[in-house]
Amino acid sequence: MTSVTTTQPAPARGFTPAQYLICMGGIVWREALRFVHQRGRFISALVRPLVWLFIFAAGFRSVLGVSIIPPYQTYILYDVYITPGLMAMIQLFNGMQSSLSMVYDRETGNMRTLLVSPLPRWYLLTSKLLAGAAVSILQVYAYLLIAYFWGIEPDSLWGYLAVLPALMLSGLMLGALGMALSSMVRQLENFAGVMNFVIFPMFFASSALYPIWKVQEGSPWLATVCQLNPFTYAVELIRFAFYLQVDWLSLAVVAGCLVVFLAAAILAYDPARGVLIRRGGAAE
Amino acid sequence: MVKTPDAPPASGAAQAALEVAGVTHFYGKRKALDNVSFNVAPGTFTVLLGLNGAGKSTLFSLITRLYVNRSGTIKIFGYNVAKQSGEALRRLGVVFQARTLDLELTVTQNLIYHAALHGIGPFEAKRRMASVLARAGLADRAKEKVRNLSGGYIRRVEIARAFLHHPQLLLLDEPTVGLDIKARADIIAQVRDLVATENLGVLWTTHLIDEIVPTDSVVILHQGKVLDQGVASDILARTGTPDMRSAFVKITGSDISEGIAP
Repeated sequence: MTSVTTTQPAPARGFTPAQYLICMGGIVWREALRFVHQRGRFISALVRPLVWLFIFAAGFRSVLGVSIIPPYQTYILYDVYITPGLMAMIQLFNGMQSSLSMVYDRETGNMRTLLVSPLPRWYLLTSKLLAGAAVSILQVYAYLLIAYFWGIEPDSLWGYLAVLPALMLSGLMLGALGMALSSMVRQLENFAGVMNFVIFPMFFASSALYPIWKVQEGSPWLATVCQLNPFTYAVELIRFAFYLQVDWLSLAVVAGCLVVFLAAAILAYDPARGVLIRRGGAAE
Repeated sequence: MVKTPDAPPASGAAQAALEVAGVTHFYGKRKALDNVSFNVAPGTFTVLLGLNGAGKSTLFSLITRLYVNRSGTIKIFGYNVAKQSGEALRRLGVVFQARTLDLELTVTQNLIYHAALHGIGPFEAKRRMASVLARAGLADRAKEKVRNLSGGYIRRVEIARAFLHHPQLLLLDEPTVGLDIKARADIIAQVRDLVATENLGVLWTTHLIDEIVPTDSVVILHQGKVLDQGVASDILARTGTPDMRSAFVKITGSDISEGIAP
């Protein structure tokens, strides 16, 4: 054995709440910096829902009228109906974008910087998730600002505030889903598959573009798929919150899915059983 | 949310900066490490020498908790990496073989991010940064994007970053691979300076044999097994060889014309 000098270990100090907050703040700050640097990402995140609003919804507003369904108090135009769905769509794409950046970080080695932090890994991943959700909320409010000038606004201005917790919860759920998926994507190139097989089915088979009762008229099995789709509940949670109401079923489903997806992501990134150990063979 | 401080390790007369004891690791059925044991003492520069595929990076990933250690124990200043990872990892600075800086951020931003991951706020981070960057000769590059730095400078930033939270043990995985002679010499000097002035324990994995000096501790890892260890000059005396290259050949019995490079 190599000779060992006499040195007493420094006593264990643990981590204070302030240190936990600093760590989370640092992760959110880095995510925000990356977002600011990637202007193209911001613009595309904004353009995508606006294309739906200005072109798709405008084209269909005269074709599709939506009857009175909760939370609406009156007949509404199609572009009013579609707005909460587009808010959730921004978060869905952002969640997948975050998972894409996690795959990229893993390939470039940057993920290791995060994972060798002495703070608990579940906390690091949750902080990363919060950072992604915060970025998605910024995008949603930027979209709402433009939508306001298009004549789309909640019944009360308080709706802008009331929707914030719903956006946080749905952003976390969709981010956790993306994080769990990122553990399954072995290479960056495979990510297009996630786009095709996750984002689009989730978006189209939901209540984002049309109410489920309308889907039921045309295709009962598709209506069932919509009802099983967690994204539907994210949309409805946002829709009701935007009109100062709570849809308790949606709240329960989104919260439950958040717990399940987050647990899956934490397990996937656990060194004992997750993605890291499966990739161990490539470490040499 | 606040973690209760781990119980301090049993206080003995001697405390290793790093203690690796009986570590075995498999990839599927393939044994990558076989009962590996060695210590790194505080204030010593220890070289983990081995060919590509010897198991160096696997061991590195186990020490840093990227992989879970299922067999044997790894302790950093007495704290078990598997069971007391928080206390173990806060005493550890790491430089990975792959570049791990965010290329889109500046040097300063990368260091502030790293400090935050260790619970150090931006003001304290900037205070520490001034000295670690000056020491690494990087004071005038602090505002530059990492993408614009050369490979040698990126490595120096990574070493400065690894030291920012004042670790007591520094791990460097093949840190000089791909660098020119001048950059290599600068980085080795930077780390040896930290060992001498900060009483830092260093584990330096390499296959570049000319990075070893006679006073270094050397652990020879071959095909997942530790074949010899000790002070370099003692290994030379014991094997009756004139240099480490010959000693390595004699100990491992391998043809190193392709693997080990001066």
